[in-house]
Amino acid sequence: MGLVEGTGRTCLFMAMGIVHIFTLPWQVFKVVEHTWFIGMKSMGVIILTGIFTGMVLGLQGYYTLVKFGSEGMLGSAVALTLIRELGPVLTAIMVTARAGSSMAAELGVMRISQQIDALETMDIDPVRFLFSPRIAAAVISFPLLTALFDVLGIFGGYITGSMMLGINPGIYVYRVTESVVMADVTGGFVKSLVFSLVVTTVCCSRGFFTHLQVGGGYGAKGVSASTTSAVVTSSVLILFFDYLITWLLL
Amino acid sequence: MTTPLIEFVDVKKRFGDTRVMEGVNLSIYRGQITAVIGKSGSGKSVLLKHIIGLEQQDSGKLFYDGKDMAGMDRSARRKFKKRVSYMFQDNALFDAMTVFENIALPIVEKSALSRGEVRQRVITRMEQLELFGIEDKYPAQLSGGMRKRVAFARALITDPEVVLFDEPTTGLDPVRKQSVHDMIKAYQAQFGFTAVVVSHEIPDIFDIAQRVAMLDEGKIILQDNTREFLKTRLDTVINFIEGKEEISG
Repeated sequence: MGLVEGTGRTCLFMAMGIVHIFTLPWQVFKVVEHTWFIGMKSMGVIILTGIFTGMVLGLQGYYTLVKFGSEGMLGSAVALTLIRELGPVLTAIMVTARAGSSMAAELGVMRISQQIDALETMDIDPVRFLFSPRIAAAVISFPLLTALFDVLGIFGGYITGSMMLGINPGIYVYRVTESVVMADVTGGFVKSLVFSLVVTTVCCSRGFFTHLQVGGGYGAKGVSASTTSAVVTSSVLILFFDYLITWLLL
Repeated sequence: MTTPLIEFVDVKKRFGDTRVMEGVNLSIYRGQITAVIGKSGSGKSVLLKHIIGLEQQDSGKLFYDGKDMAGMDRSARRKFKKRVSYMFQDNALFDAMTVFENIALPIVEKSALSRGEVRQRVITRMEQLELFGIEDKYPAQLSGGMRKRVAFARALITDPEVVLFDEPTTGLDPVRKQSVHDMIKAYQAQFGFTAVVVSHEIPDIFDIAQRVAMLDEGKIILQDNTREFLKTRLDTVINFIEGKEEISG
């Protein structure tokens, strides 16, 4: 019963958040501010994880493909794995860890210190004020971060494959461009858009409804539980939706 | 007697098995400071939250200016909310915003004033409340008394008709408590708003309130103007005022 109630509440929260993105007056400055926080400030972690993921894929892929004499296919293997799967998934998980946890904690603190109640008393819709700009910023940021992750991952594969293990750079690049089609890129972006909605909704709703947690959600412990729950639930849902979208797209 | 500005008629509220209000009847009159007193946990804050709409009654009626609040449509409720401000017990200032942004928020979000007009209005209100040179500070950088005044400035920025104070002196030392009470009294006189102050600051609250109501076991057991209220012979009220534990049986 609690699960059904919680899921219903979260879905309504998301619907209201999306509707309020389009209600006047536009909250342009807030969207820019949150895009800076979710997107720009996540670039460091995306750059590092993108390059190292690509390098590991290059290394593992090389030693697997070389057994079949197909090491020339490394560019295809790295690019397709990143663009279709790892790029959107790892980007979403990294942003959940960095920005999602912070959103859950911030809204949780605002809830327990009555700041959200204060908004209501001022007739300011807290969903519109707190959630809508974040969801808009996430929809802008996630695909861009995913694209960055993909490009850096392919470059990471190039570093290990061509610069360290001796695959011809021309072949690596040729295989990347030859094997990736628009449908792969579109599929990856569809995933990143869905993940942006999932991560922002789960993280913000966990914080926003801290007080409604099972077993009481007050104080530092309540905020801590909301944050943990936001990160764990988002990560699991990212993998669930990844499977679902892949199944639908194939 | 004139029509009350806010009136509770047989309002009941429970949270699970806990009965908080069991038929509250209360009248709050325009332009007065009404103090609602009672023991801790007697439901005073819940009563206040019913006025602003943060809580909904299970049964009974609430009237504002003679109109049933349950019958208000969306736009009437919005208009009502614009007339009422709420000062939270712990101030509920936005800790990620500066003092200026905190005070300006209600008019930035809910009015069509230009940036210059907003600035002018906030600065004027800050000066009236003797908040000088702190507009760029964050709430965490201020003393308890100063934060209280910032919350008060935010509550007054929309020129409300009604200001609801939820235990405004909690956590303050005696000097600050007195200063907050003086502040409420002085600004109520200056701006003419109707104030409802939930408090257990006895007897200090009697100095500023024109009317007092006592909530006990979910009911208003006595409400009257302060002078008459203090003449009561009700044991529960006398014991509460004198700080004595009631002995039952």
